[in-house]
Amino acid sequence: MNKVLFFAHLRDAVGEESLEVEAGGKTVAELKAELAGKYDLPRLETVMTAINEEFAANDEVIQDGDVIAFIPPVSGG
Amino acid sequence: MKFYEISKEPINVQAVIDKVVQREAGAITTFIGTVRELTHGRKTLFLIYEAYEAMAVKKLEQIGAEIEQRWKGSRAAITHRVGRLDITDVAVVIAVSTPHRADAYEANRYAIERIKEIVPIWKKEHWEDGEEWVGNQLETVAYPNGKPEAGDLHE
Repeated sequence: MNKVLFFAHLRDAVGEESLEVEAGGKTVAELKAELAGKYDLPRLETVMTAINEEFAANDEVIQDGDVIAFIPPVSGG
Repeated sequence: MKFYEISKEPINVQAVIDKVVQREAGAITTFIGTVRELTHGRKTLFLIYEAYEAMAVKKLEQIGAEIEQRWKGSRAAITHRVGRLDITDVAVVIAVSTPHRADAYEANRYAIERIKEIVPIWKKEHWEDGEEWVGNQLETVAYPNGKPEAGDLHE
């Protein structure tokens, strides 16, 4: 299983801080597409992804147990 | 000592500066980011900052490592606030010390620009007439590869 974390407007859209999903073996892009369909997530093309607290590219393959985070464009500072 | 922090409490500016004091330094620059009332004429009432804290600390550490590699003899410390902030509150403090002043200015500027690119912190603006997460609505930033590219510096 994989924990998926949501922040900012994505958290509002999903209505949860995190979800447990079966994402092992899928690419980041595949997981994004799957969740976008399920939760009607807006503007995922501008959303970055982190695997285990490090930025990951769309073609990276997720391992069982990895913590995934969807990271909208940041606005700190 | 923690040089890179996310804080739920008001930031003690002097404490951040004290972390970068070193005998080799000839300069310390401090950047203090504060909450502005008017943005393009629209009035902000208050902000909520949210962070993916564990990763945000790692990314602040990465920025610090980049600075210490690029500017010889430099030392950096950064604290970013989260939670509700009112107008004029301090959102971020960056202190950088270096042997010579030009590097201290340059490295400090680099730190704030990098924070705006890679550190997972978001602000929600609460205006008189609504609220909105900033950074996601304008679609001015796209990540076709799914992650930020190295070396881009934006205003």
